[in-house]
Amino acid sequence: MRAFLPERAVLHEEEDTRPYECDGLTAYRQLPMVVALPETEEQVRRVLQACAALRVPVVPRGAGTGLSGGALPPGDGVLLSMAKFMRVLRVDARGRVAVVQPGVRNAAISEAAAPFGLYYAPDPSSQIACTIGGNVAENSGGVHCLKYGLTVHNVLRVRGFTADGEPITLGSEAPDAPGYDLLALAIGSEGMLAVVTEVTVKLLPRPQSARVIMASFDDVQTAGNAVAGIIAAGIIPAGLEMMDRPATHAVEQFVGAGYDLEAAAILLCESDGTPEEVEDEIVRVKSVLERSGAARMTVSRDEAERLRFWSGRKAAFPAVGRISPDYYCMDGTIPRKRLGEVLAFIGRLEAKYGLRCPNVFHAGDGNLHPLILFDANSPEELHRTEQFAAEVLEKCIEVGGTITGEHGVGVEKINQMCVQFRPDELELFMAVKRAFDPQGLLNPGKAVPTLARCAEFGRMHVHGGALPHPELPRF
Amino acid sequence: MSLEHFQERIREAAGRRGALRLRGGGTKDFYGNAPRGELLDTRTYAGIVSYEPTELVITARCGTPLAEIDKVLEQHRQMLAFEPPHFGAGATFGGCIAAGLSGPRRAAAGALRDFVLGVKLVDGRARALSFGGQVMKNVAGYDLSRLVAGSLGTLALIAEASVKVLPAPACETTLQLAASQDEALDHMNRWAGQPLPVSATAWSDGLLRVRLSGAAAGVRSAAQKIGGTTLEDADAFWTGIREQRDAFFRDDEPLWRLALPSTCPPLALAGRQLIEWGGGLRWLKSSADPRDAARRAGGHATRFRGPPASGGAFTPLEPVLSRLHRELKAAFDPAGVLNPGRLFPEL
Repeated sequence: MRAFLPERAVLHEEEDTRPYECDGLTAYRQLPMVVALPETEEQVRRVLQACAALRVPVVPRGAGTGLSGGALPPGDGVLLSMAKFMRVLRVDARGRVAVVQPGVRNAAISEAAAPFGLYYAPDPSSQIACTIGGNVAENSGGVHCLKYGLTVHNVLRVRGFTADGEPITLGSEAPDAPGYDLLALAIGSEGMLAVVTEVTVKLLPRPQSARVIMASFDDVQTAGNAVAGIIAAGIIPAGLEMMDRPATHAVEQFVGAGYDLEAAAILLCESDGTPEEVEDEIVRVKSVLERSGAARMTVSRDEAERLRFWSGRKAAFPAVGRISPDYYCMDGTIPRKRLGEVLAFIGRLEAKYGLRCPNVFHAGDGNLHPLILFDANSPEELHRTEQFAAEVLEKCIEVGGTITGEHGVGVEKINQMCVQFRPDELELFMAVKRAFDPQGLLNPGKAVPTLARCAEFGRMHVHGGALPHPELPRF
Repeated sequence: MSLEHFQERIREAAGRRGALRLRGGGTKDFYGNAPRGELLDTRTYAGIVSYEPTELVITARCGTPLAEIDKVLEQHRQMLAFEPPHFGAGATFGGCIAAGLSGPRRAAAGALRDFVLGVKLVDGRARALSFGGQVMKNVAGYDLSRLVAGSLGTLALIAEASVKVLPAPACETTLQLAASQDEALDHMNRWAGQPLPVSATAWSDGLLRVRLSGAAAGVRSAAQKIGGTTLEDADAFWTGIREQRDAFFRDDEPLWRLALPSTCPPLALAGRQLIEWGGGLRWLKSSADPRDAARRAGGHATRFRGPPASGGAFTPLEPVLSRLHRELKAAFDPAGVLNPGRLFPEL
């Protein structure tokens, strides 16, 4: 690699490779054999070709903010950092697309588009740091995805290489491309199918105005029913979030968002659009919430108050980090109607395991983020946390949901994949992987468990750990 | 009839390396390359499995008539937001997902594949498989649900699918403006860059129609901004576009479907054109093959209706993508049982 990469772009001394030993899931650490930092597509191609020839594993990495260990390095391979691909190549205001390199931060796309009144809609909580390449790998969501969709709905085209270093372009600036939808297949594939070197995203006109309603409820079930009520009324809010009392208490001490601390749960419901549309929708949402038994409601009067209401939600993870030495964040998605049942189940597990578990919840999409509080210095407590989390994830599967809504499987939830999918289904995933990467060199051992692994681990789970990047807001 | 029936038929055909032609109502027989193989009628496996309006999801078996789904959704003031064409009274839900076609609302709401949440499949090895589910967000495993959407039955029989549905707009109005093709493309692209509730556009023969959908207040203020005259009987107009019953589609010339970047300037092609999707979709009535021109413009063209075109109905793939298609086909259907040749001659 020294023959074709710039100086200082091949790292192998421990002091240089140490920063790459983990991503956002710090419970798993592994020093990579080598870190490569290419700057051009041609260099990426040559790294991949060299690794394919030598049968050396390659793990691509963006900003390393992922929460499931998807960028955990290979001890016997190359960590391929895309950090130097940080240019916005083109913003086409008339066509409403931006062409960017994969190391561009999510928020930087909207910043580049802002002068044209446009923005990139998916807003994962780590958006000030996470990169679009990582978003493509994880199919990242955010708080606005009920209305504006996930990464897969907002990326038009990716360019990159297969494991063999063959160039591929998936998708198009046209509405579709001939043949199978390989773009949809690649998005969310956790770096297992290809390495992305260029991403074309869709830009949307920025809404003229937005307001948020904060509604208080005396119990979580009533709040859950209110969410269903809003949707039954034909309203798709821009954001619809729920927090329970332990979560509001944690954040109120931390940021002073002005939350109702008496409430068993609060809902934040945002409307955006033209001023007329927002007024109209706020009136309708308020009336639904009143009928649904909201105890109190406050509508943001101005942009400052709107941002203050959101600040608490966005600070939920670090706020919880202040009241406990460690916390474990889950990411299950469930049908909304099962919310009350699942929250009651989590309440019973709190008693069973003797651990507290505040809940924040993308209520609109049914995506739960229970946060189990524990102390990682106590191996026994870590073990209880793992058991607790495993029961929650399996409950999500049982009620018709999934083990991961937006954080990915990575190494973290790989054993639960054995619960969610049957052997035939896992085998087809592996056949799809082989179609793109016959030698199995791209991000091996992640996302899809081998049948042998499922047999060996059965229903045993091996996750745990706290989040780094405490400065990032986490949804 | 049960899923096992499909499994038996596929197992039997795979055993003798025969071909099966998966077919619902047969309303899209014209689409893609000529179907071949023994008929496997998917209408025997029908019915809405679950629909709860507050979950914004409907799950139905492949043989369910698309009209039945539309009707049930309408009763709850919801809709398939990708507005799929039926192309005939017998259209089925499974055929709709397998064809992957979207209608006038595509540019505003998204394509069919954007709404697919989960599928139950029978693959070419006769295995019953389930991917995705009924929840809005799900990143466990590769997104095979979206992969099979639009695959024309060449990867698996789509036995059941769950799709996201959306509330029907409270208010809808269509405006009509006189415009050249240049002016129409300019309007469409400028409107799409502004926060306007445009839900469909169509231009042909010097007339641009634009549909606005949403809350009454928003539609009213947008209508004032856009101008033009209100189109009477707008629903019939948009159904005519979606179902290709509009006067534009009524002649014997072959019909080409061009998918292009929306800002692509008017293509100088022989024949008449109708433009939809904010400029991204252009229908061409012509006996000349526009595929090279479409590719040069950054898109692709499909022979949508008419006698077979050389090289197949779709724009042929580049070598690496073609190889990936063959490998994926082999992963799902190693014996080549399912709708062989329908998408590409080599698959």
